Amino acid sequence: MKNLLNELQFFMSQLVGSARSISVRLVLLLLLVPLTGWADQEARPVADDPEVEKRMLELTEELRCLVCQNETIAESRADFSNDMRREIRELIKANKTDEEIIEFLVERYGDFVLYNPPLKSTTFLLWFGPMILFIAGSITLFLYLRRRRQQVEDAEIPISEDAQKKAEALLNENKGNNA
Amino acid sequence: MTRFLLPLVAFMILVVFLFAGLSLNPRQVPSPLIDKPAPDFELQQLHYPEKKLTAQDNLGKVWLLNVWASWCVACRDEHPLFVQLANAGIVPIYGLNYKDDRDTALQWLRQFGDPYTVSIVDPEGRVGIDYGVYGVPETYIIDKQGIIRHKQIGPVTVKSLEETILPMVKDLQGQS
Repeated sequence: MKNLLNELQFFMSQLVGSARSISVRLVLLLLLVPLTGWADQEARPVADDPEVEKRMLELTEELRCLVCQNETIAESRADFSNDMRREIRELIKANKTDEEIIEFLVERYGDFVLYNPPLKSTTFLLWFGPMILFIAGSITLFLYLRRRRQQVEDAEIPISEDAQKKAEALLNENKGNNA
Repeated sequence: MTRFLLPLVAFMILVVFLFAGLSLNPRQVPSPLIDKPAPDFELQQLHYPEKKLTAQDNLGKVWLLNVWASWCVACRDEHPLFVQLANAGIVPIYGLNYKDDRDTALQWLRQFGDPYTVSIVDPEGRVGIDYGVYGVPETYIIDKQGIIRHKQIGPVTVKSLEETILPMVKDLQGQS
């Protein structure tokens, strides 16, 4: 972006230099006056205490915004998340541990607020379902492959002596043609 | 034969799961507060800022707590039902005016009717957090012992009122 602006400024100054009439030069010169100065404002500190802010961010990255559901509270701009951030900041200032803060939220919003669900009887399938599927799939694949190999081996019928001689004769005949 | 049957069966199971998934509402987050004591609060009343109301004040009766706001569009859908319910005098409805402006809220009640026995204000949504509010409107049924028995997320409809809320209220009122 900055590069682009520099390029533009350079291009404009070339234009000013090449313009013939004074008024055109003046207008072009005015265009060179940077407008960004007005918009510039010193960035406001995100919180009074950067330590609190850092812990709050770490915590909210593990928490689901209930109104947007696929965003963490840290990512979300929803009003709900703003309130949560405020609440968590205050809990941190009140010297609560991370565990206490998580518990505070789970008591009110349930496990759903956690992106990292706790291991419980109701979440057993969630935690181990993929592993169970993977193991079951592997066993099925192994059994299938073993059975197929067996079938291929069984299918190998021993060749009769006549057929063997016939085959050899054909192969020799072929060799003779090639030579 | 099993060569074709097995994938078909697996596919059918998948279809059943996906179909069940379609009928679930992801916004319906089960509240951990059901069958737990209603969090206490002490809040200013909307009409009389000098007066306060606490959850303790309502012990001994079954009551509804309706979380609403003038900025909440869905609240307008359910509001006529509350007005009707209040006129019928079956159960007292307490309004929790959530993250709202007092004058706008009062104006809203004048316009749409005021079904609330008492309206209380939670301008910063702190009591809302204690009650696990995340989608206004929400309605709680609280029993005589001050236990939350039911939580409806989103607007109350004729169906949910007749099939869930009213039978539950009557049942709870019958209990000592």
